[in-house]
Amino acid sequence: MSREDEKNSINMLEEGIYISPKFEKDLLPEFELSREFFEEIYSMPGGEKVKECIQCGTCSGSCPSSYLMDHSPRQIFAMIRAGMRKEVLESNTMWYCTSCYYCYVRCPAGIKITDVMYALKRFALKDKDMKVPDNRPVRFMECFSAMVKRYGRNCEAIFTILYYLSTNPFRMLKHAVMGIKLFIRGRMPLIPKKIKGADDVKKLMEYVEEMER
Amino acid sequence: MIKYAYYPGCSLESTNKAYDISFRAIMYHLGIAMKDIDDWNCCGATAYISVSENMAFTVSARNLAIAEKSGATDVIAPCAACYLTLRKAHEYMMEYPEIYAQVNSALNKIGLSYEGTIKVKSPLEVIIDDVGLDKVRIAVTNPLKGLKVACYYGCQLVRPRHVFDDPEEPVKFEELMKTIGADPVYFPFRVRCCGSSTILTYEQQALRMSKNVLLSAKREGADIIATACPLCQINLDAYQRRIEKEFKIKLNMPVVFFSQLVGLALNYKYKEMALDKSIVSPKKVLEPYLHSQEEVKEGK
Repeated sequence: MSREDEKNSINMLEEGIYISPKFEKDLLPEFELSREFFEEIYSMPGGEKVKECIQCGTCSGSCPSSYLMDHSPRQIFAMIRAGMRKEVLESNTMWYCTSCYYCYVRCPAGIKITDVMYALKRFALKDKDMKVPDNRPVRFMECFSAMVKRYGRNCEAIFTILYYLSTNPFRMLKHAVMGIKLFIRGRMPLIPKKIKGADDVKKLMEYVEEMER
Repeated sequence: MIKYAYYPGCSLESTNKAYDISFRAIMYHLGIAMKDIDDWNCCGATAYISVSENMAFTVSARNLAIAEKSGATDVIAPCAACYLTLRKAHEYMMEYPEIYAQVNSALNKIGLSYEGTIKVKSPLEVIIDDVGLDKVRIAVTNPLKGLKVACYYGCQLVRPRHVFDDPEEPVKFEELMKTIGADPVYFPFRVRCCGSSTILTYEQQALRMSKNVLLSAKREGADIIATACPLCQINLDAYQRRIEKEFKIKLNMPVVFFSQLVGLALNYKYKEMALDKSIVSPKKVLEPYLHSQEEVKEGK
C-alpha cells in the first residue's frame, strides 16, 4: 500500500466508509446499479419476500446444479438487492434451474425461489440489451410454444426434432438409436394431433401477448 | 355426475402411453369413474412460465374451466409436471385477484370462465387418500411378494407445497407398494431431481443427475424403480444406455410406472399393462409374478 493510498483510506475512514484498496477495483460505480430492478422483483406476485433473504445459503446447498452456475442462488439474491441488474440478467444461473423446488421448500425466509428464477428468465428475455448466455433454453421455449400454438398440444417427437434442427442437428444423430427404439415400442408417434379448440388456444395466447406488449 | 375429470397431458399420449393405459385400467378395476376433459390442451409445463406468467396461467386455466363446466370437482393429472402446473395456476388465481381477473378476461374471449372450484390431484393422491389402501388390498389377487421396489417420487409430485405428502420425507408411495405385497426399498435420492427437461438443453447435467438416482437405487439393492412422473421415466429408462456408456457403469435397472405394478398385482397381464414398452425390459425381474398367471391360464 502506497503512502497516498493509506492517506485516502484514512480519509474514507473519517467519512465512515472504509474499503480496502485491494477490493476497490471490484466495486461497481453507483450509476451501474439499479434501484428499479429490485422494485421490479419486489412487485411480482410473491416477490416481496426477497427482502427477507438472510443469506444463509440453504438454497445454494440444496440446488442440484449450483456447481454449474456463474453465481449461486444465494449470491443472486444479494445481487438483486444490490441492484446489479446486468450481472444478474446476463448470468446463467436461472437457465440451469431445473424447477425441482428443493430450495423453495427449504428456504427459511419463505422466498419462492423457483418463481423468482422464472421471473429472472422473463426479465432477461424481455430486455433486448441483455445477452442471454446460452440460446438453447430460448430455442427450447420457442419450439414448445410454436407447437402448442399450432396444434394445441405438444407432440414430443416433432418438438424434439424441431428443437435439434434449430440448435445442433448433429446431436440428433447421437439420439437416433434411442429414437428408433422408442418408435418400435410405439412411443414416438410422428403425426401430431390437432385439437378442435386449437384456434381457441391460439387466440388465448395471442390475446395475452397483445396485453403484455 | 362424474366427480373426476381426467387430464392425460401430452406425454401420456405419446412417449408414455404405458402410464395412460395402466392407470385407466386400474381405475376401472377399482370402480372409479372418470371422464376425459373435453378437447384439453397442453398445460405449458415449465416453458411458458419462463416467457410470460399470464400466458402460463391462461393456457392451463382453459382446461380447468372446461372441467368445471362439465360439473367435475376434481381433476386427475397423472403427469407430475401437468399436476404442478395446473395446481399452480389455480393457486395463483385464488391468491392474487389481479391474476384471476386477467386470466378470466382472456378466457371470456373464447366463451369460458373459471370460478375456482376445481381441486387438482395426482393419481397417487386419488388412490391412496380417496379410494383408500384397504380397498386396494382387497382387490389384490397377485401380490408381488419379495419384489424390491425403489419408489421414486421425483420433484414436482411432492413439492413445492405440503399437499399430498411431506416434501422431503414422503411415505405414501411406499405404503401403496406394501399394500400390493411388494417390498419398498428406501434410497436417498428418491425425492431428488432427475434433470427433467434439461436433458435437451444441458444434457451432461441431466445425465449426471439421472445417474445419481439410478445408482442410488441400485446400491440399496432395488430390483426395479417405480415412478409417477413421465419425464422421470423417459430420463431414467430411455437414456439409461447412454448413462451406462458415459459413466462406464453397469445399471440394467428397469423403470416402470407405479400403476403398471399395481395393475400386475390386480392380475392384469404383462402386455395389458404395457410393460413391454419399457426400453430396459422388466421381464426378468417380474418373471415370478407372471408365472403364476400362466398357470392359471393353463389350468382353465
